Amino acid sequence: MTESWPEARARLVRTAVSIGVASGAYGISLGALGVAAGLSVTQTCAMSLLVFTGGSQFALVGVIGGGGAAASGAASAILLGVRNGVYGVRLAPLLRLRGPRRFVGAQLVIDESTAVGLSGETVGGGLGTRAGRLGFWATGLAVFVLWNLATLVGAIAGDAVGDPRTFGLDAAAPAAFLALLAPRLDNRPAWVIAVVSAVVAVSVVPLVPAGVPVLVAALVPVVAVLARRTRPASERETT
Amino acid sequence: MTNWVAVLVTAAGCYLLKLAGVFVPERWLEGERVTRVLTLLPVALLAALAAVQTFATGDHLVIDARVAGVAAAIVALRLRAPFIVVVAVSAATAALLRLLT
Repeated sequence: MTESWPEARARLVRTAVSIGVASGAYGISLGALGVAAGLSVTQTCAMSLLVFTGGSQFALVGVIGGGGAAASGAASAILLGVRNGVYGVRLAPLLRLRGPRRFVGAQLVIDESTAVGLSGETVGGGLGTRAGRLGFWATGLAVFVLWNLATLVGAIAGDAVGDPRTFGLDAAAPAAFLALLAPRLDNRPAWVIAVVSAVVAVSVVPLVPAGVPVLVAALVPVVAVLARRTRPASERETT
Repeated sequence: MTNWVAVLVTAAGCYLLKLAGVFVPERWLEGERVTRVLTLLPVALLAALAAVQTFATGDHLVIDARVAGVAAAIVALRLRAPFIVVVAVSAATAALLRLLT
């Protein structure tokens, strides 16, 4: 796939905006849930600005709203945030953040910006780094703006906002992750890792707290690569 | 722990994790195995996120309208539909199914 820079740029910006809008839809329900859980509108909005990682925020609100201790809510939320650290390690050589941008960029390291940044990196013709950086910043900023606006709207609307399931928004999220995954499945090892990771994550859902299955699946490529190491080079990828 | 403390502790913890990621020295990322793991990591995470969000509700596995939505999304992906169409097809399918059942 060879794309010109204007084509790649337009595509990445479109993707960033689409993802921002999709996350905004979730932000509305998060805002409403935050208020329903007993947080004030200010606390709910501060959470979206400062925590800014959806999974962790839903975990915090869910535990508090379900009558759990605020401390255990914070612990699950932080545990869920571990994957952003992993994303940061992966993104650092692409972004090469220096000075104050490092502190701003760090806050934007989330599922969506990482996925689009890394998908931009696959653009050919020597444009990978440029496209990857654009994908990261455009998506991070689009999600940041729309997520926070949506949280405010949701918090104010409170429980007047209906169940997001009515609009199928709970089915939109996994579809978005699949759409981001698809371009990376261009080789057999990637397919194997994807299938095994999905099976492993789903299998451990009943055994570990919500959010942890994804972290367990992160071990799949580690184990796979360590196992491959023992084979002679001649047996590796023949494609 | 008050709600404010919970929000601020969570914010501090999540930000420090993000910061730790981008501050890791680049030389930690050298080597064939590390590169290989880091290339496959987003594949594993995206596949796991998609699968868990399709089948999990809290710590329970359920088959509901989301499965139909995601199946429709896979068809849209095979037809090379753009991102927003894939997402919209999934949401619309799930919403329609809930409306009809």
